[in-house]
Parts: sequence; structure tokens; C-alpha cells
Amino acid sequence: MKVLDQGVNPIFMDPDPDKAREFFRKKPRAMTDKRMTEKEVVEKFIPDGCYLGIGGFGANRIPTAVIHEILRARRKNLGFLGHTSTHDFELLCAGKCFNRLDAAYIVGLEARGLSPNARRYMESGEVKVTEWTNYSLAARLRAAAEGVSFGIVRSMLGTDTFKMSGAKVIECPFTGKKFAAVPALWPDVAVIHVHEADMYGNSVFRGISVADMELARAAKHLIITAERLVTNFSIRNNPTATSIPFYLVDAVVEVPYGSYPGNMPYLYFSDEEHLAAWMKVEKDPKEFEKFLDHYIYGVSCFEEYLERCGGLKKLKELQKLETLVEK
Amino acid sequence: MALEYNMMEMMICVASRYLEDGKTVAVGTGAPCAAAMLSQKTQSPNLIILFEAGGVAPMLPQMPISVGDSRTFFRAVMAAGMIEMMTTCSRGQVDYAFLGGAQIDKFGNINSTVVGDYYKPKVRFPGSGGANDFASLCWRTMIMTVHSKSRFVEKCEFVTSPGFLTGAGAREEAGLPEGGPYKIVTDLAVMGFDEKTKAMMVESLHPGIEVEKVQAETGFKLIVPQKVERTAPPTDKELRILREEVDPLKLVIGRA
Repeated sequence: MKVLDQGVNPIFMDPDPDKAREFFRKKPRAMTDKRMTEKEVVEKFIPDGCYLGIGGFGANRIPTAVIHEILRARRKNLGFLGHTSTHDFELLCAGKCFNRLDAAYIVGLEARGLSPNARRYMESGEVKVTEWTNYSLAARLRAAAEGVSFGIVRSMLGTDTFKMSGAKVIECPFTGKKFAAVPALWPDVAVIHVHEADMYGNSVFRGISVADMELARAAKHLIITAERLVTNFSIRNNPTATSIPFYLVDAVVEVPYGSYPGNMPYLYFSDEEHLAAWMKVEKDPKEFEKFLDHYIYGVSCFEEYLERCGGLKKLKELQKLETLVEK
Repeated sequence: MALEYNMMEMMICVASRYLEDGKTVAVGTGAPCAAAMLSQKTQSPNLIILFEAGGVAPMLPQMPISVGDSRTFFRAVMAAGMIEMMTTCSRGQVDYAFLGGAQIDKFGNINSTVVGDYYKPKVRFPGSGGANDFASLCWRTMIMTVHSKSRFVEKCEFVTSPGFLTGAGAREEAGLPEGGPYKIVTDLAVMGFDEKTKAMMVESLHPGIEVEKVQAETGFKLIVPQKVERTAPPTDKELRILREEVDPLKLVIGRA
């Protein structure tokens, strides 16, 4: 296969499928109790320097509790999968947790605007960045999940996004047409928030899957945070609903309201006031430090954060918003 | 006496008219989503709205704030994922995509990544997200933006998403499938692209706007054909539906 052109930026993770197979060969498949706390999973599976992927879509179905714990554990030099990232990215920038980044969507919070602090961090030049698109990053994860070394997409061609990526333009051996080959990506660890999981890691989420089906199958280690734990019988009673089977999962953390301040489909809407408060306070680095102490560094656990954000009263309001019930 | 309107309402109403019934459109949040919703409630009841995160043909109860929030698949026919949506574009089943950006150049290329040096940027923007994928893979790219010289530049500092790249034949040469920018709707005019050169061309001037004004707000020479249309102003019906049904909280139309 002819390589006609290539992007100039680094590929952070080894795309060799046999090394990945060797890892997965040894990954335990026993159906064991995998319940842990957020502290334990960060300690055990998210060391300094590892490459991290986060599920969901920025401020929708995100594992906020584990991200907070990453900040409290002062993790540094992580690699990060900047795929549809918004509030998760904002958090990791607040902790300056990563120094290399595969970027498809970063810095922004969609209709809410750009995060001033994430901009400062990205404009500092401290972070090594390789450019991608939402589709091409999903295709990299899909290739990894398939156990092959690259995926093929028809995007990026002809643009600076391609030039600043780690992709290659190849000639199709059948048609002679040009495609972008994107290297498989096996993150060291991924964290995905779901509606329900049993203690073995069998997981059910509802609504859109974003790239989580691929991410769950590409990540070497997978941490599930779940709104609630259910029995194994509940899973077996409706296996059609299972999105992630237990043998992919290394740890299960039960975190009710775990996507807050993000949206959790069918349960609660995003807390737009709190997300707006982030954007506002970030403009002033001194004030932002105090804000982070108050909401993250100065609290011992996620429940305490929820309390500081208005507790059950606030969460009930967000439930009403999500289900479109009149106040 | 016709209703008064602001420039955001103007842009949304005009953009909504280009979306044909029975076609598919991939939208983001904000003005593009408002245009698609308005089109559904006026001329194109069977317009199919798609969101890149996985929402397929939702019955949108209100404007989403994220292309992945639960509104984007409210009473949808399917809640899918990124791969499903993007492969649908790639195999040629998505007719329109709506994009925005910090800069747009005369061949309809878009910059939403960076201003200044890539490695030490003056301003870092979000990057492609799904925009490059849509601009590469959908049949027709629509762009909605405010018209200004700083936005409409001769050449983008960074081409995030492809328009016609360097002009006629460049998309084909790069390996991109047929497609490219179709209409650019601004607060002043509607622009299209010259069939031969693929350079930007004025097609329709909004009420009260002359071509000199559009040129003055554009950082490159626009093609002006002999006959330039006049944009029909928003109708009372369009404005009423936009204000009462599409965006009652004025999340988008309040921004003008």
C-alpha cells in the first residue's frame, strides 16, 4: 500500500496490535467482585504519565467523581483523549493533569463558550498536541477494538487538520482512491459513566452511546462509574440492554448523580448555573484557585461536592428539567 | 405592518429556506439547530435532523445546549453513536451539514482551530470536533456567520474543515468525495460559489444592504454576478414560529 502523505505530529500510543493482544491475553476474565471507591481506582489504575480516555460527551454522561479524584491525587503528565471533551477537559486543565493530547474537540463548552483557563493552558505551549476529528478519533478506537493497527476514514484530507495529525494518506489497493489511515489507539485506561452496573462490571447505559462502545473495547483498563448498582440477575434478565460486558471492566464505582454537573439522560439535566460559574470565575486565576479549593481540593468526596453545589434540592430541580416536568 | 426582526432572526429564517423536505441535515447547537427546527415547522415537515453524538430524528422539545445532551434524542427514532452518524455521512446519506468558525476564506475553507503559531497559539479554539468530518463527507455544507472583515479572510490561518481547498479540482485531488460548501448565510447576504473557479460569490442581498457594504466587510474580492437577488425578508409566520415554538427562551435569537 502506497503512503502518499503524512501528518507531522506524534502518535502517542503504540499502534501494534500484537502487543495489545499480548496485554489482553493476560487481562483477567474471572467474574469477580470489582467494587471500589474513586480513591482506590485512581490509586490503582490511573498513575502519573498514563494515557486516559473519558466516556460520554463533555458534559453529558461523564464520570465526574473520578475526574475530581484525579485532580485531588495531583496526577500529572497524563496523555489525554480529547474526543468531544468539554467540562471533563476543563477539569483536567484546572489540575494541569496532562501534557500530551490527541485533540478533536477541546477548550470549548459548545454553546456555552470557551473555557478561559483551558485556553490559557493550551496557549501556554506546555502541552504537546496532535490534531484529529471526532470521527477519526472514534475510528482509531474502533480499529483498536477490532484488534487491527489502523482505521480508514475519508475526512481530514487536504486540510491543516490532517497536516497537524499523525494520520497518513494511503492509496486504496482496489480502487486507487485516496483515504486517511488513522492509527489504532489503545488508551491505558478509560472511565465511563453508566446508568446501571452489577458488581462484576456488566453495564447498561441508555440514550446515545457517543464513542463509548469503541472506547470500552479499546481501553486496556476500564473503570465504570454507575448511577446505581444492580444485581447480576437484573443484567441477565435483559441481556439485550448490556452495552459493556464484565470482562472489559477492571473496577466498578457506585456514584449516584455521578455525571453532575453534566446531564445524565432520563435522570437529570446539566446544571447550567454551575457550569456558567466555572466559566466566569476562570477569568481571574486567583479567584479560580479559591473556587477549586472550595469545590474540589477542599472536599473529601463527591457527596460533599454535591452538597456544596446545592445538594438534593438542586438535584431534584435538575431531575424536573430533564424529564420536562413543570416546576 | 410586517413584524420587525433582528439580524439573528433574519439569518435563521433565510437559512431555514434552503433545507428541503425529506432531506437529512446534521446540525450543531445554536443558530443552525434553530434553522433546522424552523424549517421543520414551516416548509419541510419531513426534514430529518441528525446530531453527531448519536441523536437521529428527535422531536426536539426545545433548543439543545450540547449536541450530546438528552434533548438531541428526545423521542428520537434512534439513539446511536458517533460511528453510526459519521458512517452515515461517509456513505452519502447526509444532504446538509451546518458549520460555523472563526475564519472563512474565499474557497469556503473554515478555521476553528487556532490563530497564530500552531505550537504556541495566540488563540486556541476547539478544533474540528465533527466539523471537518461533516465538511468532508456531507453533500452540501451550509455556513451561518456574522459578516465581518476579520472573519471573511483571503486565506485561513489554519484550514480546519475543507471548503473547496485551493479552488477548482482541489477536493478531488485531495481524495475528498463530491461535496463542499453550498450557501453561506450572514447578516448581510447569502453567498454561493462560482461553478468554474469555486470562489465565493454574492447571490442574494438582504433588505437594505448594497453589494458595496458586503464587499467592505469581506477581506477578499467577492465575485459579483450581473444579477444579484434580493433576499425576501422573514415573514410574519416564520418569525412567529421562531419566537413562540423554536426559541421561546431567546437562547439564540436573543443574542443579536
